Amino acid sequence: MNLFTSIKMAARNIQGNKMRSFLTMLGIIIGVSSVIALLAIGQGSSKSVADSVNSLGTNLITVNITNTDTHFTMDNLKEVKQATGVKSVAPVLSGRSTLRNGSTTSQVSVTGTTSSYLSIRQLTVKQGRFVSSLDNKFRQKVVVLGSDLATTLFENESPIDKKVLIDGESYLVVGVLNSKGGSMGSSSDDAAFLPFSTAQRLIGTTYITQFYAQAESQDSVNWAMAGISRVLSQTYSDSDDYSVVNQQDVMEAMSSVSSTMTMLLAGIAGISLLVGGIGIMNIMLVSVTERTREIGIRKAIGAKRKDIMLQFLIEAAVLSMLGGLCGVGIGVLAAKIYALAVGGTIVYSLPIMAAAFLFSAVVGIVFGVFPAYKASKLNPIEALRME
Amino acid sequence: MSEVMISMSKIEKTYKLGDNIVHALDHIDLTIEEGAFVSIVGPSGSGKSTLMNMMGCLDKPDAGEYTLGGSHIDRLKDRDLAEIRNRKIGFIFQNFNLLGKLTAVENVEMPLLYRGVKAKIRRTRALECLKLVGLEDRATHLPNQLSGGQQQRVAIARALAGEPQILLADEPTGALDSKTSEDIMKLLTTLNNSGRTIVLITHDLNVARKAKRTVSIRDGRLQEGEHI
Repeated sequence: MNLFTSIKMAARNIQGNKMRSFLTMLGIIIGVSSVIALLAIGQGSSKSVADSVNSLGTNLITVNITNTDTHFTMDNLKEVKQATGVKSVAPVLSGRSTLRNGSTTSQVSVTGTTSSYLSIRQLTVKQGRFVSSLDNKFRQKVVVLGSDLATTLFENESPIDKKVLIDGESYLVVGVLNSKGGSMGSSSDDAAFLPFSTAQRLIGTTYITQFYAQAESQDSVNWAMAGISRVLSQTYSDSDDYSVVNQQDVMEAMSSVSSTMTMLLAGIAGISLLVGGIGIMNIMLVSVTERTREIGIRKAIGAKRKDIMLQFLIEAAVLSMLGGLCGVGIGVLAAKIYALAVGGTIVYSLPIMAAAFLFSAVVGIVFGVFPAYKASKLNPIEALRME
Repeated sequence: MSEVMISMSKIEKTYKLGDNIVHALDHIDLTIEEGAFVSIVGPSGSGKSTLMNMMGCLDKPDAGEYTLGGSHIDRLKDRDLAEIRNRKIGFIFQNFNLLGKLTAVENVEMPLLYRGVKAKIRRTRALECLKLVGLEDRATHLPNQLSGGQQQRVAIARALAGEPQILLADEPTGALDSKTSEDIMKLLTTLNNSGRTIVLITHDLNVARKAKRTVSIRDGRLQEGEHI
């Protein structure tokens, strides 16, 4: 008997017992759909984290100085810039201040930095210009606004060459940045940027606690990090006084958390697939008992053990694959609904869908073997005697 | 002299029922020629069903030799027995034993299905067999839409579909009324007249007398003629 006929026969048996078949498949459906939905959501969130980290540039190195006794100054920073592999550096002096235009006020983060900040953080200017080295040299009271902040303070007007009050002092707006989107709590869209020297006076700090460095290329990130550490170790004897982190490290830490979560969820879903398989075995065993007489007739007519075995095995496989297929559909739909309802990113992965489907087929076959074996072993004489 | 279809010599089969050993078949010697119409009569428990299962290659003897159409059955493995059942034997059962979920023509097709015959040829052959038993217009009916007599005729068509060397009928009229029984027996006689070998097992002498030769069995032993 060929495979196609067997599959047709199995499909008819499944059709003949719709309710029971559906209930049997339910375990597999739930298993496969939860694997697909959970992995789509999990991978989606890892991707959105990775995207936001990557948007800062993969060459970016962040250095934090935690020792407040020995101050890190612009002179130290110039030494860092000479280190191998380092293309440019930008100090970061951050605080929070109130910006005011007429009656509109906004509390935002204020960053004092130099002109190289723009390229290091991969920001672009929409209107006007960024802070320049001249601004820095002459301690100019100029400010560059993030795109959201500009909209908040000036609505549809162009803010260029307008005055804003920062903590009561008047600053000239020289530029507005393009929107970049948020990344982990610090959005450049809702921030103001000042020349480093101006910010030192505004915030009341003279030393640097954080700076960004850009490596010459992605390959030289590790070189640059080593170079920076070497320079810093000349000032600080204890390596706990500073930290040098690249984006890769940040991303790895983030993605290891989310991949652990994803694997955990997938594991739970996998267990439900296994339970679904046991459900199939259960029903197939019942079905073998119910159809003892049919098996007897088929054997009397000339069905070999192999034929009977194949018939029940194919029925279990068709049942589980049908469940797997439904599960893929429902899983995709569930992830889509989640994305629409919560607004998160989802990533469908074809290999995972294929794997979940194949796994369901394997589950059906593995758990179908025992009932099929039992059916094939039936003695035709006794099977025919059954009423 | 026509060729020998079935040859049994010194066939033995014993069962254990608790502590008792039952000799279901006790030194059976039987020869049936090609084209014969033999009825085997005996009361219940006489061993006739065991004999039938033996002839039908569903069971293997404990001792003795059995040749069917030239093949030594007593030495074959299970898968070869299935092959023999499929190609050489057509079963007709008391309670028809049709598959309830399949239509008449699908039931008739079944022996050919296990032989790996292509769908088209299978269907043509099955319809021919249904025509032979006069049920070509019931081909797409399910067994429960047919009367008992019709179901038995479908079963006979199924037995014929594989073009077996021998038809084995186990109480084919046991579940039918006398009028329908007569029709079925007429059909079997017609089939025998067209050259088919038929072995009929029954406890009903009126039915047994329709055959050309009667053999009786009692306590596992055979005797020629009616001895009940």
